[in-house]
Amino acid sequence: MSTGVGAAPRIGPAITGRYDGRGLMGPGIAAIYLGLLVLIPISAILWRSVSDGLDDFVAAVTSPQAVAALQLTFTVSVVVMLINALMGTAIAWVLVRDQFLGKPLVNALIDLPFALPTIVAGLTLLALYGPQSPFGINAAYSQAGIIIALLFITLPFVVRAVQPVLVELDREMEEGAASLGASSPVVVRRIILPNLFPAILSGSALGFARCIGEFGSVVLIAGNIPFRTELASVYIYGQVEADAPGAASAVSVMLLVASLGLLAAFDLLRRRISRHEESAA
Amino acid sequence: MDATRFGMRQRPAGLVSVCALAALLAAIPALTTSKAAAAEDAPAGVVTLAAYTTPREAYEEIISMFQATPMGAAVDFETSYSGSGDQSRAVEAGLPADVVALSLWPDIDRLVAPGIVAPDWWQNDYAGIVHDSIVVFAVRPGNPKGIADWPDLIREDVDVITPNPFTSGGAQWNLLAAYQAQIVAGRSEDEARAYLKALIANTSVMDRSAREALTTFAAGQGDVLIAYENEAIFAQQAGQPLEYVVPEGTILIENPVAVTLTGDAPVAAAAFVDFLYTPEAQAVFGRKGYRPVIAEVLAQFEYAQPSNLFTIADMGGWPEARPRFFDPGSGIVAEIFGELGRDAA
Repeated sequence: MSTGVGAAPRIGPAITGRYDGRGLMGPGIAAIYLGLLVLIPISAILWRSVSDGLDDFVAAVTSPQAVAALQLTFTVSVVVMLINALMGTAIAWVLVRDQFLGKPLVNALIDLPFALPTIVAGLTLLALYGPQSPFGINAAYSQAGIIIALLFITLPFVVRAVQPVLVELDREMEEGAASLGASSPVVVRRIILPNLFPAILSGSALGFARCIGEFGSVVLIAGNIPFRTELASVYIYGQVEADAPGAASAVSVMLLVASLGLLAAFDLLRRRISRHEESAA
Repeated sequence: MDATRFGMRQRPAGLVSVCALAALLAAIPALTTSKAAAAEDAPAGVVTLAAYTTPREAYEEIISMFQATPMGAAVDFETSYSGSGDQSRAVEAGLPADVVALSLWPDIDRLVAPGIVAPDWWQNDYAGIVHDSIVVFAVRPGNPKGIADWPDLIREDVDVITPNPFTSGGAQWNLLAAYQAQIVAGRSEDEARAYLKALIANTSVMDRSAREALTTFAAGQGDVLIAYENEAIFAQQAGQPLEYVVPEGTILIENPVAVTLTGDAPVAAAAFVDFLYTPEAQAVFGRKGYRPVIAEVLAQFEYAQPSNLFTIADMGGWPEARPRFFDPGSGIVAEIFGELGRDAA
């Protein structure tokens, strides 16, 4: 801190080269970046959704087609999230604990859904699981098709969230439990899963948020029939096309609220679990 | 090193290089002009064309043809192709454009209010329309389901593909044609509405745009795709296995073009749009599957003539038809979607 008249103000350790975590440059830059990229656009959507009046907002989000689209979106996203939580954890387990030929390749493949443009993913899935499927599986233009597309897109989230935790996991706990006579299922249920739970939660929450906003990969395979196979993102696109940006923003806000709500809820749950574990230790 | 001596030695060299640069700059215009000898009063500049996606190949060819004429020799082009609605919104939001060539009349007309296009943009001999098409039925080779006319589309054993009229303005042509075809066949408005409801109920996929609907149909889904004739021809030219059937009653799809007020090269743009109405340019549209608007050129191509061809004007024009059918709250199609949704629930 300043030591009297003439002392230079602490502009920030970034300039002086020492790091003591108390400067303003770091938080300042982060705030500007976050503001420009995230906060300002989201505020713009929020503002646009109510700028036609609160009545229009309510009408837009309660219109039957919008409600149907939101219901479908949340339903399939929850289903996908649950499947991901299970399969993502299993895949992460195999990748960390098992040895097999080609493991580095498989590990790299997990990130493929991130690397592939979503519209390419959509075309590929349509070719594989659509009317001309080489496997004879035709799941296109139904909720099953939507779920398949979303599972593909959100595969990496839980896997990549759980993997580092598994790597760090202290084997001594499991060995200790085993030496005390615990069977494998008991070890998994009482030692491993509780340790992985926070990572599974955060990965699932991110996957859910991605699901409810997905457009490119589902728009080709979904069918887009209003009240049947039309997702919220497609409905929003339709509202933009129909020169109704207020309605589009209103439904977007609902998706935003759902994403943030779930992320916040899971975060809270994670903290409570961690606190519980710390106090128990 | 003495500064003055250094400076004096540099000055002649500096002078030479400045003169060389000036000469080079003066020579650039001579080096870069003229794909052909430009006419005396030929317009010059860069014309930006903002068009929708499907006539891309046609415009590329027409631009080359234009640049080979004396009027177009000094004109350069920048082109942008995107969905008609997207393109219209982009131009409204500030995308610079000298010429807009979009899929349907309202997409250009909505640029009048922000002052991008003149209110009388469509008042020429061709009502602002540069090429036409019609709504047809694309079917599998051999037409196994025997699709001949609109009533076949609501058969139980027929699965219909048509794009979503709410995500694609162009898709609205299909449903308007379906409705009006009933009216011109002598049915009442209630019967026409009932037909439309049965047709939508028979639809398994509503893609985001006409091109995506074509992809869906080509991927094996559906028995019949309600398509634009130019899309069906495009697919055939690309080797897609499909045929198309022209129904007895169908709508004339009219695609407009306009010069903007906000472009950088208005004279060149106007010259280009004039060129679009020459027989040579219209023939290019004809070869790419569109129906030319000049009767003599249209006659050169063997397009089927439906017995009952109607236009959007017969339905009251876009300003009346669009809200009547496609208003998201009170439009006939929106109501039908709601009824079908409640029935399914």
